[in-house]
Amino acid sequence: MTEGAVEEQVDQPRKIKLVRDLPDKLFRGVASAGGVTVLLIMLLVGTFLAIKAAPALHQAGFSFFTTQAWNPDGRHFGVAALLVGTVLIALVAVTIAVPLSTATALYITEYAPRRMKTILIGVIDLMAAIPSVVYGLWGFFFLESRLAPVAAWIAQHFGWIPIFKVKGVDGHQPISSLTLFTSSTLIAGLVVGMMITPVITSIMREVFSQVPVGEREAALGLGGTKAGVIRTVVLPFGKGGMIGGTMLGLGRALGETIAVYMIISPVFTIQPHILQSGAISVSSLIALQFAESNSFGLSALMAAGLTLFLITLLINFAASSVVARSRSGASS
Amino acid sequence: MSLPSETAIALPPAPPSSVAPRRSGWRPADTSPLAVLSAVRGSSVATELRAEEINAWFGDHKVLDRVSLTMPTGQVSALIGPSGCGKSTFLRILNRMHELVPAASMSGRVMLGDQDIYAADQRVTSARRRIGMVFQKPNPFPAMSIYENAISALDLTGVRADRVVKDFLVEDSLRKASLWEEVRHRLHQPAGGLSGGQQQRLCIARAMAISPDVLLMDEPCSALDPTSTRRVEDTIGELRGQVTIVIVTHNMQQAARVSDRCAFFLAAQGQPGVIVEQGPTDDMFGSPRDQRTRDYVEGRFG
Ligand SMILES: Nc1ncnc2c1ncn2[C@@H]1O[C@H](COP(=O)(O)OP(=O)(O)OP(=O)(O)O)[C@@H](O)[C@H]1O
Ligand SMILES: [Mg+2]
Repeated sequence: MTEGAVEEQVDQPRKIKLVRDLPDKLFRGVASAGGVTVLLIMLLVGTFLAIKAAPALHQAGFSFFTTQAWNPDGRHFGVAALLVGTVLIALVAVTIAVPLSTATALYITEYAPRRMKTILIGVIDLMAAIPSVVYGLWGFFFLESRLAPVAAWIAQHFGWIPIFKVKGVDGHQPISSLTLFTSSTLIAGLVVGMMITPVITSIMREVFSQVPVGEREAALGLGGTKAGVIRTVVLPFGKGGMIGGTMLGLGRALGETIAVYMIISPVFTIQPHILQSGAISVSSLIALQFAESNSFGLSALMAAGLTLFLITLLINFAASSVVARSRSGASS
Repeated sequence: MSLPSETAIALPPAPPSSVAPRRSGWRPADTSPLAVLSAVRGSSVATELRAEEINAWFGDHKVLDRVSLTMPTGQVSALIGPSGCGKSTFLRILNRMHELVPAASMSGRVMLGDQDIYAADQRVTSARRRIGMVFQKPNPFPAMSIYENAISALDLTGVRADRVVKDFLVEDSLRKASLWEEVRHRLHQPAGGLSGGQQQRLCIARAMAISPDVLLMDEPCSALDPTSTRRVEDTIGELRGQVTIVIVTHNMQQAARVSDRCAFFLAAQGQPGVIVEQGPTDDMFGSPRDQRTRDYVEGRFG
């Protein structure tokens, strides 16, 4: 080796070789196997859906995204009504679940005495453990009959707001029948909202409890009230987690199947009136039809499923990028 | 930006300090700039703070035993003593931060002027407003700008103020903390971008914005380099006379430099902390009466 070669090397970044010992190698292997498996499963699900959906998508072309009706046998089908219905139910759910979760999480971290805290956390975990079919039963047999009069009242007084409009209600005549208001997007959304509340609450509680003590004490030391501390310290810090939790809840709401399936009565037109009887969602349609579909019908259902899969994926990526950029997200 | 000068604002004349709680009705009904300003700033004059027979416990563990200390109006009182002898605990009792620790308890009285801040009719938030605190680790609100930090106390206590008042308070408090010249051109940048020493002075400004009667500081320079330490000490010097200051420090030179009076805390092995000796700083350092004080201030303590 000449002098020159050594000179050259000095000026270059030095290569650093990591020597790992066996336990580390093993552990690393197991951990990466887990990570790769998860990726692989996602990929497999996506590919499976795509392959199965291909015939239907090929047949329908772009009209798949604009058609409201669902009649694969008549070769006339699309996801327009399904997607709108799915998103509406999910939005209703999130609109109800997010304020409820925020309040609960704040109560637990900021106000509740220690015993109450333990009880509430337990109850919320329990709420998450109830199977969705039970929520569906509760929604169908209990909630629906009690909510219908409320929905009727809203329709009568706020029917001028487009989403609260119900055909057959004009605000002057008495309401002919409460069946107008059963099996609606609102009721399905409310039940789904109850189902996603625990997970959103848990995430929010987690981030709220991670607020740095220094900031909390700074705020209190300035004479801050509880409300002031929540406003200036807790919520700004927790923002990332709140968005993340909401997105996760939204993802779940979009996919919720059984409870929705039990409550709604399917319609295949875009139904923007959330109080009106009749609603639909992608997953409940799949549950409804997959057993009696021929292979082309199945392919159409797969195509609808694929669409939902991609939308959920997109939402999750959006959520994680928002969360990663925030303080509470960066720490967790 | 033209700011009203201090003299242009007619603050109400200061009532004699014997008049009881001046700012019990905190939320001003009138939200005109002048009313808000005088409500926010009160008619603050430094006020004497007097701790009487303070005992403190964490659970069953007694950490302070019958500690009495008078911190005179407008003077700087330093609390010195070895680690774990209860200085921070004592300081946090002075503005009711002690009670934030679960299972913490205390007895005794803390008199601000002639009002016991632990009296049943006293609100904890009002005690903390009048007795501000600067912590060991600089803790500005990181998501807020320098400007927002300086006046964060307004938001925290639910006081609305308009732009003119805010601008005035920001400049005034930053000047008090000797930070104004360094940050005047970047008031709207995040506070996290300041150096440690600047952050600590921002915390002083933030506490000063609501014109407290007393300012408590728990080792405010222990996380800072010597230059920043010097700036904070200068700031303390500037504030002398405007506000009653209580500072905990492990740095004997610092105690000697900044304080008018000194109190030496000590906890014998397994015993709660007590004040061994207190008095004018010159006496404490020049001619301490107690041998333990002499050993400690001369750095001969175990
Ligand atoms: N949150 C707490 N829970 C239980 N015990 C505590 C708590 N904080 C302090 N103590 C105890 O109280 C005693 C006094 O602590 P304190 O923090 O007041 O000491 P200090 O004089 O400020 O010490 P330092 O100079 O190291 O800051 C110590 O024995 C400590 O262990
Ligand atoms: Mg301490």
